[in-house]
Amino acid sequence: MSALWWAVLAGGVGCYLLKLAGLAVPASLLDRGWVRRSADLVPVALLAALVAVQVGAEGQGLVLDARAAGLGAAVVLLLLRAPFLLVVAGAAATAALLRLLAG
Amino acid sequence: MIRRHHDPLDRVDPADPADPVDPVDPAARRAVLRDGLGVALATGTYGVSFGAVSVASGLSVAQTCVLSLLMFTGASQFALVGVVASGGAPLSAAATAWLLGTRNTLYGLRLGPLLGWRGRRRVLAAHLLIDESTAMAVARPRAELARLGFLVTGGGIFVLWNLFTLLGAVGGTVLGDPRTYGLDAAVGAAFLALLWPRLSDPLHRLVAVLAAGVALGLVPLTAAGVPVLAAGGVALLTGLLAGVRARSRAGRSS
Repeated sequence: MSALWWAVLAGGVGCYLLKLAGLAVPASLLDRGWVRRSADLVPVALLAALVAVQVGAEGQGLVLDARAAGLGAAVVLLLLRAPFLLVVAGAAATAALLRLLAG
Repeated sequence: MIRRHHDPLDRVDPADPADPVDPVDPAARRAVLRDGLGVALATGTYGVSFGAVSVASGLSVAQTCVLSLLMFTGASQFALVGVVASGGAPLSAAATAWLLGTRNTLYGLRLGPLLGWRGRRRVLAAHLLIDESTAMAVARPRAELARLGFLVTGGGIFVLWNLFTLLGAVGGTVLGDPRTYGLDAAVGAAFLALLWPRLSDPLHRLVAVLAAGVALGLVPLTAAGVPVLAAGGVALLTGLLAGVRARSRAGRSS
């Protein structure tokens, strides 16, 4: 089995166990200030980093290309309170159009 | 899955299952049912974007579908395929998904006493524990309505999310080179849309900017996948540093 399959299975089982732990573990054990704050901030940091890397990185280098324009379109759509699918599709269409025009 | 609303736990107080008991109003049940199905439809259908993005990132249709069936928490799924797409090691990809999945643990802590399930029911219910099912359960005034909201929302999303993942994955395979359709740009937009509702808090904005900066700074220096995990470290550090602030805020509100 490929390493990617292991990541899929281990990632999936791990995420399920994290859910089960929340329902099964006594609340007092995990419901502490620093746990709560970190659980609050970790998704923010990871998502922001994923945005940055997805848009700005090409291998080991940093680049500014059609993906950045796509992200700009996403920002506009989010400000207009567009639904999720429209935001994603708008970003893709913007990048695709730009590439088409650039040949 | 993170949807485009605030953390469900931020704004609503958990219901008290020990409220005075009378028979549940059928109209209230219908309202919970309707709301749950509406959220399920809105959320489940964007599984199509996950499916397309996942095969564009190099996963097979089978891997994509297993991910939706087994992991079933959207942000973690997008993160795993995002790290794979950027060339990260499978372990970094899984670890990023786990870190994002810790959010659900917190939801479970809040919902556990409210739902009151034990044994096999709890083991099954855990799989449906995501942002939306939590949001649709935690605000209910009665345990019965909370259970209904949780099951209808979580179950509805599970069915639709997996169906639309398959559609997106098969569609994405047929399309050919994903860059032609800008699917690589769609990944960043998806993460931004997931992040967006969390940016109303100034501390969150600061953490987001720091994390993005740290990640970009590390891209030329480290293996792919590491920059994102390091950004998680920024969050832990800020969580500790923000302790004083949070304590003073808690002191005021209590």
